[in-house]
Amino acid sequence: MSENKIITAADVEYVAKLANLRFDEAEKAETAVKLGAILEYMQQLNAIDVTGVAATTHVLELTNVFREDAVGESLSNSSALANAPDKDGAYFKVPKII
Amino acid sequence: MSDYITTIGLEFHAEMKTKTKIFCSCPTDFAAAPNTHVCPVCLGLPGVLPVLNKHAVELAVKAGLALNCQISEYSKFDRKNYFYPDLPKGYQVTQFPLPICKNGWLEIEDAAGQAKKVRINRIHMEEDAGKLVHSGDNIGNSDYSLPDYNRAAVPLIEIVTEPDISSADEAKAFGEKLKLTLEYAGVSDVRMEQGSLRCDVNISIRARESDPLGVKVEIKNLNSFRAVHRAICYEEMRQAEALEYGEKLIQETRLWNDALGETRPMRSKEDSHDYRYFPEPDLPPVIVSPEWVREIAATMPEMPDQRVNRLRSELGLSDYDSAQLVAVPALALLFDEAVGLGAEPKMCANWLLGDVARLLNPDQPLPFTAADFAALLDEVKSGAINNNSGKEVLAEMFATGGKPADIIAARGFAQISDSSFLEEAVAKIIAANPQPVADFKGGKQAAIGFLIGQVMKETKGQANPNMVREFMLKALSE
Repeated sequence: MSENKIITAADVEYVAKLANLRFDEAEKAETAVKLGAILEYMQQLNAIDVTGVAATTHVLELTNVFREDAVGESLSNSSALANAPDKDGAYFKVPKII
Repeated sequence: MSDYITTIGLEFHAEMKTKTKIFCSCPTDFAAAPNTHVCPVCLGLPGVLPVLNKHAVELAVKAGLALNCQISEYSKFDRKNYFYPDLPKGYQVTQFPLPICKNGWLEIEDAAGQAKKVRINRIHMEEDAGKLVHSGDNIGNSDYSLPDYNRAAVPLIEIVTEPDISSADEAKAFGEKLKLTLEYAGVSDVRMEQGSLRCDVNISIRARESDPLGVKVEIKNLNSFRAVHRAICYEEMRQAEALEYGEKLIQETRLWNDALGETRPMRSKEDSHDYRYFPEPDLPPVIVSPEWVREIAATMPEMPDQRVNRLRSELGLSDYDSAQLVAVPALALLFDEAVGLGAEPKMCANWLLGDVARLLNPDQPLPFTAADFAALLDEVKSGAINNNSGKEVLAEMFATGGKPADIIAARGFAQISDSSFLEEAVAKIIAANPQPVADFKGGKQAAIGFLIGQVMKETKGQANPNMVREFMLKALSE
């Protein structure tokens, strides 16, 4: 893996925080190199002339996939909570937020 | 303190009036046991595929048409990423660069009574978040929180204005007009107290028009337009004081505390507002063709300004009465139906703005039909019952939903218009009150009022007052 400066350890720290991930210093350095390599590979796309090409917003050729506004079945409360790590009565229970 | 120029932009979130959520078939009713209107899609379980509710798109387009927007032929959804437990997926599906509607406006009156257009930057579709119950008084002092995801993925539109609003009064007027417009358009229930319409304020102040815009503060937790008005007045004062004392204002989000009448900085739910939007791969783009827009436009009901104009110019109501009626959709709709059934517009408006407005419970459907109401007005107008009896019949219609004819019969309200009976009653009162009779004959005109009053009392208010007056004058001139 080659050394590159597209992604720094500080970038990794920032993105990791947004993604709720924790890395130690060694992991940060390693991830910076790995992410950098991915971006470097993607940079090949910059060589293509896309003048006059509309930006792709979706990879499928589909549009207007709709459902009608008709009520269907929901889960029971017990099914909804079945996989919850913690619950309280009819509610999910989550740890202190701030 | 010198006068500052205030710049305000508003953001509204309105829950759309669909039966089901935006990407799944769970119901949207407001009152349901916690976590029962949920399914794998709205809980964000792995491997599910969201599918867009067509009616939500139609309602968003309706909102755009009602607010004079351009409807985008091509729009799409994006993921807004942040961690907060009211969001089961870790991201909110919304529309970022390509919203469904843009560049609209809504007209209000400014302080000078002049029409002012407030521009609307955009309207986009998105999913609502769930609700959190906190273990403590507030999020900050809670050890844990309890999410209810019934509201998660209820279809919302977010409406964003340009910073064209320059006072608390204008902000309130705009909010009320927008609320009414969405209600008439049938887009949303607009119940601010239930959270189906929410308003955030962005506000800054500066000393002179030539200065750049001041530091922007966002105010949240505003549950009424009264709160919006108060919060803006408070914030104008707070910011002006800070500037006067040379303090530095910071760009931040503040929460309105209605009980204390002040705003306080909100503890941030995310350190960084870096939402890393990216295209939602599970939802294909939405194409709203000009034909589809025309179809939706054909179903648009009359908007508030058009209604006021019609009541004024076609039905001859005053500016004030027209505006008052249109401000309460339930009354305006009842007015149209009753007038359609033959009720006299001015009389109908008076009853609606008087007794009906007083008795109307905005949270309940009307217990009687427009036909019942028109029939009541007809009974009063024809003289079959007098005005006061009419009011009592109306009160009973509100209480029991009964038919006016049945109530009149049951309560014996029918007005007495029998000539011989009334002539007899008049003669009896004249015989019993020689002094007032003499006063009247001596030129004291007012004495007739007393005599007529005695006849009305004698007949328990059911005598036809015009006939009594006529017979009384005739008898006294003999």
